[in-house]
Amino acid sequence: MPFSLNHISFSYTDRKVIDDISIVMAAGNFYGIIGPNGSGKSTLLDLLSKHQLPASGRILYNGKTLATYSKKELSKEIALVPQNFYINFPFTVKEIVMMGRYPHIPRFAAPSSEDVKAVREVMEKAEISEFADRYITELSGGERQRVVFARALAQTAPVLILDEATSNLDINFSISLLNIAEQTVKKGKNTVIAVMQDINLAAVYCDYLIFMSHGQIAAHGSTQSVLNPEIIHAVFNVDAKVYQESYSQSLQVVFRK
Amino acid sequence: MSAYLRHPPPSFRSRFRHSTTLHIFLLGLGLTAVIIISSGMGYLKIPVVAVIKIIFTRISGQLDIIEGIDSIFPVVVIDVRLPRILSAAIVGGGLAISGVVFQGILLNPLADPYTLGVSAGAAFGASLALLFNIVFLGTYSVPMFAFVGAAGTLFFVIYLSSSSGGVSSNNLILSGIIVAAILSAGISFLKYIADEQVAVIIFWLMGSFASKTWMDVALTMIFVSCGLGVVIFFARDLNLMSLGKRTASSLGVDTKRVTIILLVTASLVAAICVSVSGIIGFVGLLVPHMMRLLTGPDNRRLVPVSLFAGAILLLIADTITRAVLPSEIPIGVLTALIGGPFFCYVFRKQHTAKKTGT
Repeated sequence: MPFSLNHISFSYTDRKVIDDISIVMAAGNFYGIIGPNGSGKSTLLDLLSKHQLPASGRILYNGKTLATYSKKELSKEIALVPQNFYINFPFTVKEIVMMGRYPHIPRFAAPSSEDVKAVREVMEKAEISEFADRYITELSGGERQRVVFARALAQTAPVLILDEATSNLDINFSISLLNIAEQTVKKGKNTVIAVMQDINLAAVYCDYLIFMSHGQIAAHGSTQSVLNPEIIHAVFNVDAKVYQESYSQSLQVVFRK
Repeated sequence: MSAYLRHPPPSFRSRFRHSTTLHIFLLGLGLTAVIIISSGMGYLKIPVVAVIKIIFTRISGQLDIIEGIDSIFPVVVIDVRLPRILSAAIVGGGLAISGVVFQGILLNPLADPYTLGVSAGAAFGASLALLFNIVFLGTYSVPMFAFVGAAGTLFFVIYLSSSSGGVSSNNLILSGIIVAAILSAGISFLKYIADEQVAVIIFWLMGSFASKTWMDVALTMIFVSCGLGVVIFFARDLNLMSLGKRTASSLGVDTKRVTIILLVTASLVAAICVSVSGIIGFVGLLVPHMMRLLTGPDNRRLVPVSLFAGAILLLIADTITRAVLPSEIPIGVLTALIGGPFFCYVFRKQHTAKKTGT
């Protein structure tokens, strides 16, 4: 089991953002984290990736306290696609994706042929090969997001954390990106933990859903068991209908205004 | 903030960006040539061959090589010109790599070595020493005060802008501006009460490499070399930090630690440069900017190339004011007078080119 969280709390100065969360996340699953703005989703990801340390409680990763891993060790275990990013310097797309290989390349060494091959492969997967030589500063928001996703894939880490990674993408690229993420789960026994805004996309891809509200877990469990109108109303305060949809072969949600 | 310059098209890039070894070799060759040529220039003209012979004799100790050369020449080259020339080159290189680090860490291509108020701190320290005629360290009193002023300002600015989550670029820039403004007022006050000494203060502030000694060369050399070592060591981390702190952290960079180490290193390099030469603007801003067009933003290439380019640029500027112009003008004024308009030209040309999409 990659993650086991035990009574985790975290505050920014005097505002409690994560309030006594306990959950176990097993390897080889696609987890979706869903909740309203400001419910602590991104902070939870920060804690899982050790960008922040919990004020109290303990996070175990593969049975060992997360805080005892060095940044270097973790960079080979957990890859992150952040929510907001702007890159102010004109690196080329290829250079950015190659940065995902840095954890595997010694400090003063040049990339090996394997690294170059890995970069080429993920660029093909993420369909960004055509602009490999373009500058990241000249790409659109959606193109940049695909580059950053490819960079995280190049890290070849067993855990992939997506923080609203599809927020700038059209439906075509959202689906192809989530398909790639799902493949790493199905074939590579990887773990994906994704914060998602679109409940219906989450319902299609996620094996498990974690609903967050006010820094706490409102509900969690398999998508089939936990996605229902009562929980959606409790978390988002909207009226919704949930039904099994045959075309997507998943639960889907419709809302009433 | 996001006013990065337009960069050459990919075809240009792939042809030139990966020839960094060649760039460094050519720049190193250029620097050697400029050092030798400028050693011959000045009130007393010395032929290039004689300069080479004198330097070679100095290194090898074979006295017979310089037979037949005017006996005043070796004194002029070794004791007068070379210390000044080497100081100018080292300071130019130091300011340039310091500029690379500041632009990289603050994610702002318009940052420079003085962003954290290092120049204002140095100026304040130097003004104090000059005004009160503090001489207990001999000729090193003023540089010493300048350095303490610069280092003190640096640590105060970092203290002012730090929070539990480390230091943020915006906080650093703001704190730097605030502290520099206070110090500038202090300097104005010192000038006001200085009476006839005000000229000395003003001249120091405008920068000069006149009457530099081998001691100055050694001091700047030690600081700039150590600084270069640290910056090269962390150059790859600096690349990752341009993807943002979260991403850099997930790629194995201890962002808080690396930020502080690089800020302190770059500022101390800038501080030693300022205390030796006075305030020289635009080198630390312009050189990294121009070199990024050549090497791309990868700091592992940008740092060494900027080092050499900065050295060449400042040495040429100093040689112009020392040996070409009819009377010497302060080097800080010269770099700003040439560098400023040039920067305006490049900046304007490139961002208008961007708008029209050509």
